[in-house]
Parts: sequence; C-alpha cells; structure tokens
Amino acid sequence: MFGIKKSLLVSIWFMFLTFPLMVIRVDTIEKTVQWRWMNMVYVGVGAFLFSYVWRFLLERKAAGSAVDAPAATVKERFTQRILTDPKMYRPVIAIVLVGAVIFPLIMDTYQVNIMVTALIYVVLGLGLNIVVGLAGLLDLGYVAFYAVGAYAYALLNYHFGLGFWTVLPIGAGLGALFGIMLGFPVLRLRGDYLAIVTLGFGEIIRLVLENWNEFSFGPSGISNIPRPGFFGMAFDMHSATQYLYYLMVAMVLFTIFVVNRLQHSRIGRAWMALREDEIACQAMGIDRTKTKLTAFALGATWAGAVGVIFAAKTTFINPASFTFMESAIILSIVVLGGMGSIVGVMLAAFILVLLPEYLRAFSEYRMLIFGASMVLMMVFRPQGLISNIRKKDAYKRSSDA
Amino acid sequence: MDYFWELFFGGLTRGSIYALIALGYTMVYGIIELINFAHGEVYMIGAFTGLIVAGVFSLMGFSGASLLVLAMVIAVLYSSAYGYTIEKIAYKPLRGASRLAPLISAIGMSIFLQNYVLLAQTSDFLPFPALIPEFDFMEPYIDYLGSSELVIILTTVLVMIALTVLIKFTKIGKAMRATAQNKKMAMLTGVNVDHVISMTFIIGSGLAAVGGVLIATHIGQINFYIGFIAGLKAFTAAVLGGIGSIPGAVLGSLILGWTESFATGYISSDYEDVFAFCLLVLILIFRPAGILGRSTTQKV
Amino acid sequence: MSKLSYPLLDVSNLTMDFGGLRALNGVDLSVKSGEIVALIGPNRAGKTTFFNCITGIYTPTHGDIYISARGDKRRRINGMKPNLVTRHGMARTFQNIRLFPTMTVLENVIVGRHCRTHSGILGAVMRNSRTRREEQESVDRSYELLEKVGLQMFADELAKNLPYGAQRRLEIARSMATDPFILLLDEPAAGMNPQETAELGELVLRIREQEKIAVLLIEHDMKVVMRLSDRIYVVEYGQGIAAGTPEEVSKNPAVIKAYLGEEHDA
Ligand SMILES: Nc1ncnc2c1ncn2[C@@H]1O[C@H](COP(=O)(O)OP(=O)(O)OP(=O)(O)O)[C@@H](O)[C@H]1O
Ligand SMILES: [Mg+2]
Repeated sequence: MFGIKKSLLVSIWFMFLTFPLMVIRVDTIEKTVQWRWMNMVYVGVGAFLFSYVWRFLLERKAAGSAVDAPAATVKERFTQRILTDPKMYRPVIAIVLVGAVIFPLIMDTYQVNIMVTALIYVVLGLGLNIVVGLAGLLDLGYVAFYAVGAYAYALLNYHFGLGFWTVLPIGAGLGALFGIMLGFPVLRLRGDYLAIVTLGFGEIIRLVLENWNEFSFGPSGISNIPRPGFFGMAFDMHSATQYLYYLMVAMVLFTIFVVNRLQHSRIGRAWMALREDEIACQAMGIDRTKTKLTAFALGATWAGAVGVIFAAKTTFINPASFTFMESAIILSIVVLGGMGSIVGVMLAAFILVLLPEYLRAFSEYRMLIFGASMVLMMVFRPQGLISNIRKKDAYKRSSDA
Repeated sequence: MDYFWELFFGGLTRGSIYALIALGYTMVYGIIELINFAHGEVYMIGAFTGLIVAGVFSLMGFSGASLLVLAMVIAVLYSSAYGYTIEKIAYKPLRGASRLAPLISAIGMSIFLQNYVLLAQTSDFLPFPALIPEFDFMEPYIDYLGSSELVIILTTVLVMIALTVLIKFTKIGKAMRATAQNKKMAMLTGVNVDHVISMTFIIGSGLAAVGGVLIATHIGQINFYIGFIAGLKAFTAAVLGGIGSIPGAVLGSLILGWTESFATGYISSDYEDVFAFCLLVLILIFRPAGILGRSTTQKV
Repeated sequence: MSKLSYPLLDVSNLTMDFGGLRALNGVDLSVKSGEIVALIGPNRAGKTTFFNCITGIYTPTHGDIYISARGDKRRRINGMKPNLVTRHGMARTFQNIRLFPTMTVLENVIVGRHCRTHSGILGAVMRNSRTRREEQESVDRSYELLEKVGLQMFADELAKNLPYGAQRRLEIARSMATDPFILLLDEPAAGMNPQETAELGELVLRIREQEKIAVLLIEHDMKVVMRLSDRIYVVEYGQGIAAGTPEEVSKNPAVIKAYLGEEHDA
C-alpha cells in the first residue's frame, strides 16, 4: 500500500518534470504548438514501474552490503568459477578462438567489417581500462589520443608516403608522447580536476583538427588512406577486410596478454593501490605522479596504435569521428564491463557496439541508454557486469621459503 | 576604441552568463566536493523550457517583458526541479562511495539528459525569440552595448546581490556555509545536511536557468548541446576563481569572459573554445587553488 | 638500551599551522636505535599531525626533521615527498586504517615492497628472469611478514573482509615490507579487545628484537604505553609538555593534570 502511494508520487513528479519537454513542441517560426499527450502516459506508467525496480534494487543492495554479499550468490559464484577454474575456462577460450578464426571465412564483408569495429572498441576499452579501471584516473579525453594515431597515419602517409606498418609504432609512440605531455602537468592534481582537464584537452585536439586547415584539412578530413598491405601485396576489398580482422584479433590477444601480465606485476599493483588510496599508496613508497603517468601514457599508447588501425580501416577520417561522445562510449564500455576486468570490458564492448548495429531501433536510443546505464551501474553495481577478481593463485610462495 | 568597448561589453555579457552557471558548480562543489557534470545540462534544459513557455504563451497573446518574465520564472522552476531530482537519483545514493563513482554517475547523467532533450525535442538548432525589447535610450550606445546585453548584465548583478543576501543573512544560507566548512560539525549542531544539499542544487540550478534563458534570447538559437560547452567553460571559470568560493566564481567568470572576447576579437575567432581550455590548464598547473581559493591541506 | 645507540629520528621545534590553527607549536622529539618511544596526549593534541609532518604528508611551517638510517649520514627531510621518506627508511601506519580494500591481504603487503624493487613495464610484460626472481623474493618476504603478524591464513582474502584488529596488524605488516629502520604506529591498539591488545604488545616488542626496527607509537591505552615504551613524550594543544621514562612522566604533575586526569574522568 505504502509502495503504491510512493510510486504514484514518483510517477506524478516525473510527469510534471518531463511535461514541457516531452509533451510540447513549439515551432517559433511557423508559430505552431504540437501537443503530444501520449508521451505523458508513457512517462507516468514508466516512472511508476521504474520506482518499484529502483526500490527493489536499493533494498537488495542494502541487504547485500549488510551481510557482505553472500546474497549475490549462486550466479556470482558461477561466473567466478568460469573465470577462475582452468577446467571451465579453457574449453570456452578454445571455442571462442576457433570461432574467431573461422568467422571471416563464413561471413560476408559487411559482417566482418562490423566485427572489426567491435574489436577496435574492445582494444580501446582495454586501453582505457588501464587508466580508469586499474589506476583509477578518470580520463574523459581518451579519444584525443585515438585521433592522434589516426591523423598520424593519414598525414604521414599523405606527405611522406609512409606505410601502415611503419606508422603503427609511430602512432603508438605519438600517443604515448601526447599522454606524457598532457599527463605531466595535470596528474599531480586531484582526480576530479583530471577529468575536466582531459575533457578540455580532447575538445582542444578536435577543435584544432577542425580549424587548422593547412595542417589537418579541416572538417572535410583526409580520404584515400591506404589499407594495410602485406609485404607489398595489395588486396581486394574483401580480403583487405579479412586481413584487418585478423590483425585486430591479434591486437586484442596481444592487449589481453599485456594487460593480464601488468595486472599482476609490480606496476599493476601500484596502479591499483593508487586507485584504492592515494595517501596510503605514497606512504608505501610509491611515486604518485610517476605511477599515474605510466598508466596514463600506456593507455594513450594503445589509443594511438588503434587510431592508426582505424584510419586504415575506414580509409577516410575527419574530426567528427573524435568527439566527446566517442570518449563517453569508450568510458561506458569500461564502466559497464567492470573496472579492471578484462572479460567484462570485452563483453561490454561487444554489447555496446553490436547491439545498435543489429537493432536499428536501439541505435537511436543508444546514447540515452549509455548515459542511464552509467548512472545505474554506479548506483547499483559499481563493480560492473563482471567484477574484477583477484586471482587467488597468482602469487605462490617458493617451496624452500 | 569603439571596437575595444564592444569587446569589453561582449566579454562582460559572456562573463555574466558564465557566472550564473559557475555559481552552481562552485556551490555544489563547496558542499559535496563533486563536479556536477550535469549542471550544464540543467542550464540547457532551462533554455529549452524558456523556449517552450515563450512559444506557448506568445500564442496566447503575451509578448515583450511579461513573456520574458514568465519564461524565466517557469524555466527557473523547472531547472530547479531537475537539479533536485538529479541529486536524488545520481548522487545521493553514492555518498560514501569511492570518489570515482559519483563522477562517472555525473557524466552518465549529463549524457542522458542531452539525449533526452535531443529525443524529446530535436537535434536541430531551434530559433529562440528575442524577448528583450530594444530600448530607445540605448540608441546612442548601440555600437558596443545592445539592450539585451544591458539586461543580461543588470539581471546578473541583481541575482548576485540576492544570492549574497540569501547566503549571508538567511537561515538556509548560514546552514550552507556551515556545511561547506565542516559537514560533521554542521550535522552535530543540528543542520539537516540532506536538506542543505538539496537546496544547494535547487538554487544553483535556478541560477543556471536564468543564464540559459537570457543567453538564448540574446543569441537567438539553442540546441541540446549548448550545455556541454557552456558548462565546461563555467566550470573553468569556477576553478579559475577558486572552486568553492562564490566571489571567486564571479571573478573567474568575468576574467574568462573578457579573455575569450578579447582573444577572439584581436587574435582569431576559430579558436574561441581553445583559449578557455588553455586558460584552465594553465591555472591548474600554476595556481590549482584558483585566484580567491585558499589552498587547504587534506586531512589525513 | 645499548650504549651504541644513536639517533635515528631527530625532530626539533616542529610547528604546523592550518590557516589560523596552530596544531603543533615547537615540538622536539628524538628516537634512538633500538628504542620504543611513545607519543601521548589528549584528543586533538596534534599527535597525528606530528606523524603527518614528519612523513611528508604535510609540509611543516617551521622546524627541522632529520633522519639517519643505520650508520647513514643525517638527512633533513622537511617537505620531502612521502614516498621518499618511506624510501629513506621511515614507515608508518594510519589511525583510520588505510588499506587497499579490494586487493588481497598478500597483495597489500607486496605493495609495500614497491620501493625496494625495480622492475618496470617492460619487465612486467616480458617477465624475464630478473623480474621473476624479484617477484618471488617479494612474495616470500610478504608471506614471512604475514606470518609474523599472524595473518598467513588470510593471505588470499580481500583486505576489506578482515576483522578490525587483523586490519591493524595488516597495516603493520605492510609498512614493515618497506624495510624501515623506524616504524611509526598511530594508535595501533585502537578498537582492539584486551587479548588482541596484549598480542599487539608482543608483536611490537618482537619487531624491535627480531627486525631491529625502532618504534615510535601514538597510543591512548596507558597500559600498553607503560609496558612497551623506553621513553614517553607528552603533547597537549600542540605543545610538548613533558618527556622522559615512563616513571618520570607518570609522576610529572603537568601530565597528570593534562592527560592522566582526563583519562580518569573518562
Ligand atoms: N589537514 C588539516 N586541516 C585543518 N586542521 C587540521 C588538519 N589536520 C589536523 N587538524 C587539526 O589539528 C588538530 C590536531 O589534530 P590531530 O589529528 O593531530 O590530533 P591527535 O592528537 O591525533 O588526536 P586524536 O587522539 O583524536 O587522534 C585538531 O584540532 C585538528 O582538527
Ligand atoms: Mg590522531
């Protein structure tokens, strides 16, 4: 009874709140007003139902933290087992790998192309995951480093005819360089300032690319960027896409390998310690600025490298590909996936990229849903879809000790 | 010289708008130490509400100053309601969570609201009616100071005075200052901190809506994205002046307004937004506490 | 105390202002090798502030802080970054426990090894033999420390899931992993039951005997202070009001008035 009253109030409140924007649409030139009363009904019913869900989730969260989460039980333990027990995860990995290898052979170019895009976001997500997930640095301008890589390839190719494989390491290096250049002054600041400065930096890079015509060809961008070759061989469209696909699969594997090793290394632990408690971290003898800088630069390196691949994939780039929305998408991949969790980030990247691709209706609401899910995730499940589990057997004592 | 004065008043107008938005950032930051990324969106929603109200009531025969006041009042009301709701949904459940969580939640809220307006209204630029009349007595000065600019500047001054009175002399103002200084102590002395936080969001959002309606009618068009850049700049202004400090926010806004106005006027208009961000980065490097902010030591 | 003892930590005239508040006002303190020294005083006397100043978390307004590791030359550490202070051999724990909550207990301790190890990103990715050896040494040393504080069975638990007393001991193990020559403990017995407190006392004594680490501790529990310390410093309102052996201090009228008196009232 109490619940219904509460939900009714919520529903009325939201109907009031959304009334002007959802119902009325004015045309100030034609001097007409359009009334869309149906929207009010949707909002009312939606808010009513949603308030139940909200309360239920809040209660569950409160119960979960009270008894230290044996409630979030069976399913949790099951996913954990899949992720930690070699007997369980080895066959899964094998199946995924085989699937990945034969995928471009049985699918058409269009599908393969989409998959390449998804893989690009996987790598971007894993790269940003180093910065946000592991080191806890909120980087809202990640796409700037991606742009640096893409423009590095486009411009170096245009002016000097440099090939893909030459520019790939250069792009990565430039990403790192920009990361260090930006990071050095701002990383000693408090965390929330970092967020806003990186956001500003991302916008600066985009604005410069848009306005500095002599350098970047402005909003019209650069076209005819060559696809990667293979020892001088040129491909037709289909095989070029396949080639890129395998390249991206290799890149994903490489990234996983690196991130996985870093997670259980001296540097990785320092990153996590920094994320958990900066002051205790410093008191343990860890140089805060230097540690932050390595994470920031390493993330930027990845973005730079993937930028090169992106330019080679689309063969055309312009500043519109590097807006804040792009950074926001990559960030929501990390947040949804579970900060620090490799599997989670990969899963989130696939969901967020493939879902709008196959569900056109969904794509209109894509950013709306991303935004909402970032809020909901933070409120109800800050650890993400799949929380990062610290491996229990990562550190073995030597037997003679 | 006219050109100089044109840029001067242009900068002052900009600065006034930034100040109206920056106050929301600074007040919220002063109390819960959170960058409310969704604040720019509240400003944008204020502008949209103003547009809708103006559109509906102009058909009912309202015009001129009465229409402006009506649009302003309802926009303020709605923006405040949004600000209040945003805090309840996206920030309140996160008190005591890690410092990253509310920031991400704020970003998510900002993205959500942008796209909510985009879907509910349109992605195009909407023309905004000129609600501020051209005053005859402003005729001689028209080259460098228009009527709408005058109204913006004067309104901002009035709002600032009202805010100062509110904070200095009312009960809620005192509670706000106490909470900003020391949350625990405030709570012990019987301040209802939840209430104070809600009021801060309501007041800050209302101020932003005033700015939103004024700038929209001055520039003549709006879209769902205006809050993003304006919010970023107003935040820059707040940091410039010293985040948490109310006079600082005003001072920072004016400096930013003039910097932009003169830099675009004398250097290049292509890089209008770049100047603001460069200023932000420089300030953070050389004086992170801002002009009027005091550097404090985090208690360990 | 052996005759060969020499000062490890030497603080003179330490003053710290926060805006208008003078939290410390010309405090002197020294710790010699092999000593256990206590810093006591009523609430808000400035004890934690003292720790924060000498470990580089705050930059003191005035005063000199010198440390000299075993046989090393004296080094002035005013305004030095906290990580360098730790590197030079002074480690600490925190009054409000500051562990890395979602890392495992073992990892918390291994993090303490950071400033004594060297491998970088490249080493981590390649995992060459040097890195592997270094990792193994860190892991072994960390297990050893966990055993010393009696937490080896919790090695794989997340730090946040430990009971309160265990968290305090984990903080000690973590700071010992930085190989300090002097350990600063901020209210290590706070929130512990009598048995845990007694065990903690044994632990502190063992740290001094076995690891040859000097200890400076802040503590409100007078039984602990009297039993462990060789010397005691008393501060009140940021001012040093007495110093000496436990007997001397406990007879000092100023101390009885300022501190013990309050203790009896409480
Ligand atoms: N960063 C800071 N900014 C402002 N004031 C501070 C700061 N740190 C400490 N203080 C003030 O300095 C005084 C001393 O505090 P401190 O924490 O050092 O006391 P303490 O002796 O450790 O007390 P307790 O026994 O309660 O732990 C207090 O009045 C405290 O409010
Ligand atoms: Mg203390």
